[in-house]
Amino acid sequence: MRSGGVAHIAGVFEHPRREIPDRTLAEIHAEVAAGALADAGLGFEDVDGFLCDSMAPGWSPLSMAEYLGLDHLSYFESTESGGSSYLQHVGHAAAAIAAGTCRVALITLAGTPRSDRGRVAGRGTEGPETGFEWLWGFTGPVSQYALVAQRHMFEFGTTSEQLAWVKVAASRHAKHNPHAFLPQEVTVEEVLESRLICDPLHLLDCCVVTDGGGAVVVVSPEVARALPRQTVEVLGHGETAKHTRNGRADLITTGAVRSGPLAFAEAGVTPRDIDYASIYDSFTITVVVTIEDLGFCEKGRGGAFVADGALEAPHGRLPFNTDGGGLCNNHPGNRGGMTKIIEAVRQLRGEAHPALQVPDCELALVHGTGGSLATRSGAATLILGRPAA
Amino acid sequence: MSELPAPEPVTTLETEPFWRATAEGRLVLPRCDSCGTVIWYPRRFCPECHRSSISWFEASGQGTVYSFTVVRQAPEPWRKVVPYVIAQVELDEGPRVLTNIVGCDPGDVTIGQPVEVVFDRSASGHGIPRFRPRP
Repeated sequence: MRSGGVAHIAGVFEHPRREIPDRTLAEIHAEVAAGALADAGLGFEDVDGFLCDSMAPGWSPLSMAEYLGLDHLSYFESTESGGSSYLQHVGHAAAAIAAGTCRVALITLAGTPRSDRGRVAGRGTEGPETGFEWLWGFTGPVSQYALVAQRHMFEFGTTSEQLAWVKVAASRHAKHNPHAFLPQEVTVEEVLESRLICDPLHLLDCCVVTDGGGAVVVVSPEVARALPRQTVEVLGHGETAKHTRNGRADLITTGAVRSGPLAFAEAGVTPRDIDYASIYDSFTITVVVTIEDLGFCEKGRGGAFVADGALEAPHGRLPFNTDGGGLCNNHPGNRGGMTKIIEAVRQLRGEAHPALQVPDCELALVHGTGGSLATRSGAATLILGRPAA
Repeated sequence: MSELPAPEPVTTLETEPFWRATAEGRLVLPRCDSCGTVIWYPRRFCPECHRSSISWFEASGQGTVYSFTVVRQAPEPWRKVVPYVIAQVELDEGPRVLTNIVGCDPGDVTIGQPVEVVFDRSASGHGIPRFRPRP
């Protein structure tokens, strides 16, 4: 039985640019905040909750609240799990709203890895694991996710061609998005012929590196009722941390095995009920393992599931990432969770591109993966719904 | 000795015994004094039983390839040595460790392959544990 939402998403905004060398990070936070609040029909003066990741400048939410002039916060936080952070932020904002701690929560993301190339990027602190992970020539996430892909292929017979279908579906969506970083449609052959970066992952198995940002406004049901705009209900939320588990973790499951069931249970729905899915797509393999772990298909069958256009909107078995996803559209700040939320809201409002709008889209799933699936990763799942008319 | 770069490891109060041993060409692992679990990554806290008394023991240095990738594009100083192999090796003692596979053609590495530890020297004399195919 589908539950009622404890909070609503009232506004979203995706920064339209993919290369922003002329703005500071704080400016981009302000730009996306203004965009999402305007979309909601609210103003900065309405905000009493604020959430951002720990990569935001200075003291993260503290510094950004000051920069943005948020003067009466009763809730702020900076949960950090890389790309899955923003889904956690929505879940935490909804919980804070349900508890009466705040009524209007603003979540912002900004990042400029494209313009920052060559400068120091990424988290500056060393973890207790660092000494045992950075001696081997890891070249960022691609070398780590390649370990996942290789093991998945070994255990389940997954093929590079199957992985390529994920990129093909994303590219067929991106060609309708005027802001997409890679708007060209590609074929399975083109993915397989693109150069290998880390076997078995090719260049076109990897997401884009873009500057950008986005914002989401989460509000209480009372605030939502007073707004002119259609809102989207937060029906379910689940999150977990997967790590190396004392060196015994496998490489072929993700934290979605825990976050997914938690979100489905809270929402009172099952994978079969989902009309549209935003699935984190840092790499093609990320999508394949995630849809298995969320229960859209049997474990190990993800490769077969995604082949032949199953992920394509509007009529595939599981229409996904209709903005073109991180693989083709946007991966702002190397953190794709924000844009995953935004495209799901567009689908539920009926505001996706007309060629890709899922007919009568009532229930959407959003899944975020942060960090590295080969070591430690955040997993967060949201179930969002169009409110009953 | 491989041709791969041998960066200086980050050592801490908790991991200094590990690196002291590698400097002598020995692979040691921490084991929990309470529950006997072999701990990885090395630390003075058992993630299984959550106690904080450990002892170091000499490992066999043997394992099998759990997964691997051939890196074909990398920044300096690794650019000079592409293609090279990053792997997770499952040690005979249990833990899966990140490492490189050396001493063979990258195209010859397979999952399940038996491997044994070898050490490259960093400039300051630390041993960087890597693995090569077992004969």
